[in-house]
Amino acid sequence: MATPSAVARSTPRPRPVRTRRNTELALVLAAVLIAVLGYNEVGVNIDGSVPSGAAGYGAALGVLALLAHGVIRWRAPYADPLLLPIAILLNGVGLVVIYRLDRATPRSEAAPTQLLWSTLGVALFIAVVLSLRDHKRLQRYAYSGALVALVLLVLPVLFPPVYGSRIWITVGPLSFQPGEFAKILLAVFFAAYLAVHRDALALTGRRIWGVRLPVGRVLGPVLLIWAAFVGVLVLETDLGTSLLFFGLFVIMLYVATARSGWIAIGLLLAAVGAAGVGWLSPHVHSRVTDWLDPLGSIEAGRGANQIAQSLFAFAWGGLLGTGLGNGHSILIGFAAKSDFILATVGEELGLTGLIALFLLYALLVSRGFRTGIALTDPFGRLLAIGLAAIVGIQVFVVAGGVLDLIPLTGMTLPFIAQGGSSVVTNWIIVALLVRMSDVARRPAPRPEEA
Amino acid sequence: MPRRGGAGSPAGGPQGLPGISTTGRRAGTFCVLLIVALAAQATRVQVFQAKELDHNPANQRLTVERYSQPRGNILVGHDTVTGSVPTGGRYDYRRTYTDGPLYAAVTGYSSQTYGNTQLEGTEDDVLSGTDPRLAGWALWDAIARKQNPGGDVYTTIDKAAQQAAMKGLGSQKGAVAAIEPATGRILALASTPSYDPGSFAGTSAADQQAWDELQADTNQPMLNRALRQIYPPGSTFKVVTAAAALAAGTVTDIDAPTGAPYPYVLPGTTTPLVNDTPVCNRPNLSLDTAMIYSCNTVLGYLGVRTGLDTMVSTARDFGFNDAKLDIPVRAARSNFDTEMNESQLALSSIGQFDTAATPLVMAMVAAGVANNGTVMYPQLVDRLTRSDGTAVQVMEPRTYRQALTPAVAAQVQRLMTDVVEKGTGTNARIRGATVGGKTGTAQQGVDNSGTPYAWFISWAKPAGSGEVPPVAVAVVIADSDATDVTGGGLAAPIARAVMQAVLGG
Repeated sequence: MATPSAVARSTPRPRPVRTRRNTELALVLAAVLIAVLGYNEVGVNIDGSVPSGAAGYGAALGVLALLAHGVIRWRAPYADPLLLPIAILLNGVGLVVIYRLDRATPRSEAAPTQLLWSTLGVALFIAVVLSLRDHKRLQRYAYSGALVALVLLVLPVLFPPVYGSRIWITVGPLSFQPGEFAKILLAVFFAAYLAVHRDALALTGRRIWGVRLPVGRVLGPVLLIWAAFVGVLVLETDLGTSLLFFGLFVIMLYVATARSGWIAIGLLLAAVGAAGVGWLSPHVHSRVTDWLDPLGSIEAGRGANQIAQSLFAFAWGGLLGTGLGNGHSILIGFAAKSDFILATVGEELGLTGLIALFLLYALLVSRGFRTGIALTDPFGRLLAIGLAAIVGIQVFVVAGGVLDLIPLTGMTLPFIAQGGSSVVTNWIIVALLVRMSDVARRPAPRPEEA
Repeated sequence: MPRRGGAGSPAGGPQGLPGISTTGRRAGTFCVLLIVALAAQATRVQVFQAKELDHNPANQRLTVERYSQPRGNILVGHDTVTGSVPTGGRYDYRRTYTDGPLYAAVTGYSSQTYGNTQLEGTEDDVLSGTDPRLAGWALWDAIARKQNPGGDVYTTIDKAAQQAAMKGLGSQKGAVAAIEPATGRILALASTPSYDPGSFAGTSAADQQAWDELQADTNQPMLNRALRQIYPPGSTFKVVTAAAALAAGTVTDIDAPTGAPYPYVLPGTTTPLVNDTPVCNRPNLSLDTAMIYSCNTVLGYLGVRTGLDTMVSTARDFGFNDAKLDIPVRAARSNFDTEMNESQLALSSIGQFDTAATPLVMAMVAAGVANNGTVMYPQLVDRLTRSDGTAVQVMEPRTYRQALTPAVAAQVQRLMTDVVEKGTGTNARIRGATVGGKTGTAQQGVDNSGTPYAWFISWAKPAGSGEVPPVAVAVVIADSDATDVTGGGLAAPIARAVMQAVLGG
């Protein structure tokens, strides 16, 4: 039945390639424009006038965006035209929302710092696109990268805990979360290892209870590294990141081996782990309690907890939102600009704005997966898919937490939330995806599969 | 079915397992589905649970919103008696009161911590700007979430009458209610000791301390005695009894002998009713004489002769037993028992036993008599306006009940004027005015050990005027330092001052 399509697939008809760079330029400019409009809306709604820094702010964002676009034009002309505009728009919206929250907390301004980090992020984006001509080079650094990642993860233990979690490295006024960088290195490692060992993982090993277990020799290293990562994170009570690493591992293992048994085992391990941690750690236990009954603390007379405050913010926004600057999400208090920033989006832009935001993420994630599927080398495929999965899982974990869909595990919303390491890391992820999509979409004589 | 990305394709996995194209697509679908789940949950929270969450008591947004703009004002005449000042805190504006204690019984309070009461409470939608009637384009404003500026509430209060009432009450514990009989407009509503509602309008420690002190004060300054407290009305209730007796035909001529015996032993008991003055200690007094000297025996006897049903219905027509008397602030229910034996009825007919009334309802009694038997619904609000002064609602006078026929009302009016001219109410006499009134002194406490309640109810009009009197008043003094506590001595001068204030204006 599929003869014509099979023929079409085996002998693709050559067609003119459209780089879509102009589309990208238009979208980038639109993204900058939306952010500037949002910035102005904050000013108008709070002060009744356009903020004085609007021109400078718009110019800064515009220059960054155009630089990044120019570099793509120059060195990655076939790249997916949606990746950069989405990143610019998300980052711009994040800056607007952080600026808006700054207005409610005059004594701790975060937007200027965030703009600085965004600049650094775009700079790294440019650096990656320029310097990394072929993503396959990363494969060589898989093991050393994993080692660096593990060191990065362990380092915060030497620093004082912040809000109960040892996940920050603080040097003077600067602080960053090494776990953010580690996730890229880990994705690289998984991709490299699985690309080489996928056949062995998929096909060899003994069959026990209908599940074919791979030989320990093959599974051992990857399991060991993964366990080290998750173990460290659990010790540092960074549950969000450990959940992310766990999900990343399971997804990449499944994609590489096509063995759905991994998913079952993964879910089982996750359930056991979650139950164990929830039982042992009072920190986690209270979060599970809050998740199941977010308004329980109110009925118990202890006032609204953060989840309840977050839900209040979402509810107040309703369908259309209060408008930027007109909400009261600052009532959430601590972490309003970071982990809970989505609540401000929900309150001030409403369900409409939230769905638009989710669509952007969904588009970014699906473009990442599409890049992976379109590539021909197993390492690149797995890496692109892994990076896209990181974004998807992270959005789900943090947004699901503040929306009371799943228990809260502190994490940053990609590009939107306050946090330098987060913004920089996400720009690197997008840079890698841009680089790989350029390879995937390049029409020239396709390189032989590695 | 050919498997996408199967063994045949370059990306296919070995031995028929799906390749990365397939598993990657599945994983991508999974990740996108995760985000779809987020959208579904967001819809649940923001659409389906929104209303409930918005109104959760722990959600401060409604309060924040309420104080995000200046609150509309409450006015007496053309003067605003309230205001709003910016705070610089989480709540942008706080309530101020220009003459707080003077009008506290009218305005109530609007506190960021302790909520809203009285007019601040009942008219809150208008004052806070949330009343949809304030909107120019209600539907669009609802969609755009436009907050309307707070509207204003114009009261019916007469500034001079209110001031006279508060001045007259002074440091005594008591209350005054004054009504315009023809319309039911409340001209004065005073309760002492009073308080300053502005002292706890905000959220500071000082506000909390002021509130705590008011709560702990045994004199209950925040109790609105004019509306919310019921007292045995004592002899002022004899106006109701006399009206019922005339309405039922028990008495047809107020100057004719009533046949009331002396002594009058309470039916079914061996206890005789006693009088406060020896003039009353004779049989067969006329109703007029009995009212002039406030004879318990005669009115007790007439109440029993008139019968429970007529007594109950007449009391009800003046506002007794109404649990939903909203002006629009709700007044406490004044009580006249509906099931009593004859001895209880006799005591109730002279305002004792279980009979208890708010000053407001006793003012309705005086006003109903003055208004030729028609009791008007008391109202405290004249009109509601938008911030630009255009009217949202203008209150029209409403008839509460036709309590008496004009003929009976005229007879009761004469009884009351005789009380002021010749009897116990001479302290209420006003030069150049016709005044009708009735005193009351109700015992209280175990074995009457407490300071008696001194009552006076009255109305007044310029002498010779055929019009309905412009003012009717009820005054109660609940606790006074005076040695001679009688309605005529303590309460009547206050009523006179209030009536003079209205007549003079």
